[in-house]
Amino acid sequence: MATVEQTDDTAPGEGVRRRDFINIAAVSFAGVGGLALVYPLVNQMNPSADVLALASIEVDVSAIQPGQSVKTIFRKQPLFLRHLTPQEIQAANAVPTADLRDPQTLAERTAEGKPQWLITMGVCTHLGCVPLGIGPGENKGEFGGYFCPCHGSHYDTAARVRKGPAPKNLEVPEYVFASDTVVQIG
Amino acid sequence: MVRFFGALVGMGFIAALLWSFGWGVNAQLTETHTQSVEHRFHQEPRDVAFSTDGPFGKFDRAQLQRGFQVYKEVCAACHSLGQVAFRNLADLGYEEPEIKAIAAQWQIEVPSINPDTGEATTRKAIASDHFPSPYANEVAARAGNNNALPPDLSLIVKAREGGAPYIYSLLTGYQNAPADLPAEARPGQGLHYNPYFANLNIAMPPPLTADGQVTYADGTNPTRENMAKDVAAFLTWTAEPNLESRHRTGLAVLIFLLIATILAYMAYQNIWHGGADRRVRQTGPLDPENQAKSRAAKKEAGIKG
Amino acid sequence: MSFPWAQQYSPKNSFMRWMDERLPLPRLAYNAVGAGYPVPRNLNHFWNFGVLAGVALTIQIVTGIILAMHYAPVGTMAFDSVEHIMRNVNQGWLLRYAHANGASFFFIVTYIHIFRGLYYGSYKAPREMVWLLGLVIFLLMMATAFMGYVLPWGQMSFWGAKVITGLFGAIPLVGEPIQAWLLGGFAPDNAALNRFFSLHYLLPFVIAGVIILHIWALHIPGSNNPTGVDIKTPQDTVPFHPYYTAKDGFGVGLFMIAFAIMLFFFPNALGHADNYIPANPLSTPAHIVPEWYFWPFYAILRAFTVDFILPAKLWGVLAMFASILLLFFLPWLDRSPVRSGSYRPTFKMFFIILLIDILILGYCGGAPAEEPFVMISQLATIYYFAHFLIILPLLSKFEKTLPLPTSISASVLHGEKQEAAPLEVARPKRRPRAAPAE
Repeated sequence: MATVEQTDDTAPGEGVRRRDFINIAAVSFAGVGGLALVYPLVNQMNPSADVLALASIEVDVSAIQPGQSVKTIFRKQPLFLRHLTPQEIQAANAVPTADLRDPQTLAERTAEGKPQWLITMGVCTHLGCVPLGIGPGENKGEFGGYFCPCHGSHYDTAARVRKGPAPKNLEVPEYVFASDTVVQIG
Repeated sequence: MVRFFGALVGMGFIAALLWSFGWGVNAQLTETHTQSVEHRFHQEPRDVAFSTDGPFGKFDRAQLQRGFQVYKEVCAACHSLGQVAFRNLADLGYEEPEIKAIAAQWQIEVPSINPDTGEATTRKAIASDHFPSPYANEVAARAGNNNALPPDLSLIVKAREGGAPYIYSLLTGYQNAPADLPAEARPGQGLHYNPYFANLNIAMPPPLTADGQVTYADGTNPTRENMAKDVAAFLTWTAEPNLESRHRTGLAVLIFLLIATILAYMAYQNIWHGGADRRVRQTGPLDPENQAKSRAAKKEAGIKG
Repeated sequence: MSFPWAQQYSPKNSFMRWMDERLPLPRLAYNAVGAGYPVPRNLNHFWNFGVLAGVALTIQIVTGIILAMHYAPVGTMAFDSVEHIMRNVNQGWLLRYAHANGASFFFIVTYIHIFRGLYYGSYKAPREMVWLLGLVIFLLMMATAFMGYVLPWGQMSFWGAKVITGLFGAIPLVGEPIQAWLLGGFAPDNAALNRFFSLHYLLPFVIAGVIILHIWALHIPGSNNPTGVDIKTPQDTVPFHPYYTAKDGFGVGLFMIAFAIMLFFFPNALGHADNYIPANPLSTPAHIVPEWYFWPFYAILRAFTVDFILPAKLWGVLAMFASILLLFFLPWLDRSPVRSGSYRPTFKMFFIILLIDILILGYCGGAPAEEPFVMISQLATIYYFAHFLIILPLLSKFEKTLPLPTSISASVLHGEKQEAAPLEVARPKRRPRAAPAE
């Protein structure tokens, strides 16, 4: 290629290459500038700073007795906090994971050393309805966990899907216990 | 026809204007005009430099923290900062635990609802809260301040002609009314003379009364001048928190545009005066002429393909 | 379009041929702004400003659509939603400052574009329709800009809306019902804010539509040029592309540099501090002024101070509207057969006076309503009306004009106009690099 370039440079049309380069460079710069402009136009649709700031919440769970549960809001979606009774923990651990559609143990779905705190999103993994079973007297489904009335998905006491069309267990958000009674979600 | 009616309309406007002009001249000649009191005693903001000035301007984080301290300990008693959230303090260099502590210890609590009874109550602020207002509403604010409304300070630097130097001048500009100030312009009950304020008499009592009113952690001498300057810098940040990224982006964009425009000029000159013997667009490696030359050169050099 | 020597579009490949036979969009673009549009070879840089106005409109529409994704047209939320854009939305400050300053730049380039037309006689036959459509665009721009300035719902927004709608209150008999109808109430509030937002979103697209007509009407006779002489032979023209696309590319670069300097380093210099105070119906700002681009018209409005047969307020409103409407009659007020001001020495002198006069009006419009500004704006308004309604019609009767060049290429050859492109453009092996085009 080097020989070719030399030949061109000494050809009668000397300067042609430099001028071509200028035109191509000018058009390329305009193209790069146009592409750079697209970035703010697209990025503005991402969650804004105030929305992101609310994406992390702290909940005081000290008042929730075993067997009770609380529904709160996390990222504008329902969040279920459930204080499992020893029986419920036992029932969840008794299920062989091999039988599950989305195999997970209760220990994998709760914080280390706190298996009694079941914290999940209240969003059915089928099409996003809010399952029943969190409020007092609501239908907990066949497995004593949650029941989604939209298309009949049943979740057990570890909020794992056991029956119905839902493909996955209820999502467990990221959370840490800031202290014994305060859990920071997100 | 158009010109005839046009001229008539024009004459009409001109006659009405001459009439107004005549009365104006008459008024100028017959009435005695004195400069208004505001005009004579009002002063322009003092010249003061801030680190944010100019196209390379940046925030001075330490100064912003000092200014925030002045706001917290002096201004916050009366002035809200409604557009700013505690989480924004991260811009000032505070870490997350510090911000949480500042929010939790803020002397004014955030209005809330008791979850059991539904009654109005207050709770401690959290990082995502905006700075709570010291007054429940405008009526309460006026009632507590001799019927004057302490303005929200979030945008005050952009909302006043003169910006940060004006805030600084106003805070340090309290003085005794000059002896030749006419009686009707003298500060009345609850007002204070300040030549930097638009009508000379401001309802806000002097907020920075003595050196050492706050104690700076970084050892800066808390003179009135320093406190006023620091809080003016802090309010520049509250009004324009994106100033630094604006300046940074601006410089990058300008450099890019300069190069692009020089290239565009060269391409323009090239097209108008350079490419005389051919269509300009069909140039470069794809130009049939160039391709033919390439092929010929390759053949000569014995390169295949 | 109308020149027999215009280059014909020929599809480059089979897909483009397939396309051309079904939807000839590439052909349309080729004939409108491509190599198929022959343009006088001697256009100077004042001819960049039409394209620049199009660029400015594009900036406004793109940033505006995005701002509307975050803005809330409700009295209690509008101001805070703008601050939300400035503080929380990703790059929101950039988009909002671009929109606010973009409006000013749209007016700057449009004013230069209009004055270029005034000086070179671009409003004269056969381009009257281009001029009339341009004025329609200008009126739509003013309405759009006014309603857009109300949306942030600051003090100037509120009081601007109140004062401008108050102008309609000056109309005898029906004035007050019209004002209430415009606002949907007795003072600007939610109803006014919401309808202004709706119309502010709509009108730019109407402007874009009228721009298409404006360009269509331009392509019938072709572009005017600094000599004002008609195009006669192929030697008078060059294809729009690549010659004027390259020249406009350079112009757009300069425009973007000026725009970036204002946007990034002086974003609030063209605005007003009071608009960072939330709207307050109980407190009027000390000094209500519109945005700078309305200042000349605001000065005309305020120039009438004493009743003269009709009430002074009505005179002001009439004069303000007349100052724009009279431009619609300009092609028939100025009947001089010579288009370009370069060959009309007396016209040139009056044109320069008009330019200074309008700058003075602008200054007075931005100044407080006190002496000497009121008297100066009265004299300046007198000249404004005299210029268009009396001087121009008389000039075309009595003026002695300079001899015109026989053709555009003749003027280029003899070097009469510096802005002319060298004829050598079409000849091989001779590249007069030393003589730049402008």
